[in-house]
Amino acid sequence: MDSALIPEGVKRCALWKFLLGLAVVGGVLVWGIIAMLLCWIKGLNQTNMNDYYGFALWIWADLAVIALGGGAFFSGLLKYVFGKDDLKNIINYAVLIGFICYSSALLILAIDVGQPLRSWFIFWHANVHSMLTEVAFCLSCYFAVLTIEYIPLILENRQIDKVPFFHNLGHNMHSTMAIFAATGAFLSFFHQGSLGGVAGVLFGRPFAYRESILNTIWPYTFFLFTWSAAAYGPSFTLFITWLTEKITRKKLVKNNTIYLLAKISGWMILTYIIAKSADTLYWVYQTAPAKGFNWDFFFQNNALYGKWILFVEIIVCGFVPGLLLVFKSSRENSFLRVAATFLGIIGVSLNRWVMVLQTMAAPVMPFDTWQLYIPSWQEVATTILPVAYGVILIMISYRYLPIFPQERELNPVEGADPDHAHAAAPHIGHEATVA
Amino acid sequence: MFPFCFEWVWDMGHYVFHGGLWYALTVIGLGMTYCVIKAVVDTVQGKGGGHHH
Repeated sequence: MDSALIPEGVKRCALWKFLLGLAVVGGVLVWGIIAMLLCWIKGLNQTNMNDYYGFALWIWADLAVIALGGGAFFSGLLKYVFGKDDLKNIINYAVLIGFICYSSALLILAIDVGQPLRSWFIFWHANVHSMLTEVAFCLSCYFAVLTIEYIPLILENRQIDKVPFFHNLGHNMHSTMAIFAATGAFLSFFHQGSLGGVAGVLFGRPFAYRESILNTIWPYTFFLFTWSAAAYGPSFTLFITWLTEKITRKKLVKNNTIYLLAKISGWMILTYIIAKSADTLYWVYQTAPAKGFNWDFFFQNNALYGKWILFVEIIVCGFVPGLLLVFKSSRENSFLRVAATFLGIIGVSLNRWVMVLQTMAAPVMPFDTWQLYIPSWQEVATTILPVAYGVILIMISYRYLPIFPQERELNPVEGADPDHAHAAAPHIGHEATVA
Repeated sequence: MFPFCFEWVWDMGHYVFHGGLWYALTVIGLGMTYCVIKAVVDTVQGKGGGHHH
């Protein structure tokens, strides 16, 4: 039964090993589900959120996974709008990673709202003056788009593809994917940006506040968030691909594709971090003083947030990975490339941490003090829950779906029927589309 | 929210937010409807029967 579902011409581990792996990760998943149920049944008193922290660990995790999932929309944009056809060999995996990231983000929000049965209120009783309404609209719709992009991959399964209706449905979805891709790019631009806008419009919190560009409703953080997601998202895709190759002990994607995506990510990171540096300098010399603060006020008199955090975010996890990926010699060095993508992941996650949690921690009134946040175990468990869910979905997808079109060519199996070489991989033009 | 709901106001905020939402939902809905209907028609016509593309 199991072997009949595995793509032809590729090798997978024994079923018992696969099930054992699922059971181990499943244990973590169950721990997260228990915490999630506690939050739903007993309420948000299971968390350490308070009047200072209406946003907490969950929202940081939410923003981080959305940024890291940005590899899906940006890779799709590059392939389908800018014609970077080499990316077809990694785009299925970018879709899968994007799907995991966005479904995780929605799961986190479902826990965070406290009463998920009322989550439809945001659509029906929408506050059209809120950036978060825009986020909710775009996030939900974009998840629908990602689902549509993931479905054809499922339909490519060896057994499902034998059913004529599913075969035709998958084929038709591929054919019309450009429309979904364009819609996805539109949605991604706005929800990534609006998440940055949420912080940027907080005029009562000078640490996060930024001026609007050309006196519109969009602060600079709107564009920086979209830019950073497009920059660091592909790095995350590359890092997870490398990790998958190490775990499976197989080469899954050819180097030319890896180098291309790394180069694009490098240039995006470098240009983003230059813009981020300019934004920070403007905040240091203009925005913060105009609000009555010296910039270093926000980096002292507390146990966690020092000036080191700026150095790490902008230099160590910004300029360093950007430059490493831009230069050919370091980009084509496996160790340096992986190190750069890892630093990039840390960098964008740190940026989201700063914009959510440091913003909340900093005092804004004369009688205020720094308020550091310690999450409850339920929050930690529900934050780790999406990681376990993601690992499980990758394990199942890798085993049963033709995620990597080049896997068979790069890892020939003795005795495989060459006449069925195409069966293990989607045809050209049939790879999943993302935006 | 729809224009016939009591909370609806004919202002730019509602045009932009709900216009964007309905645009996205319409594209997604029509696109998937087309794919499913065409798949049914293709299947009835005997296309895609038991082979790999």
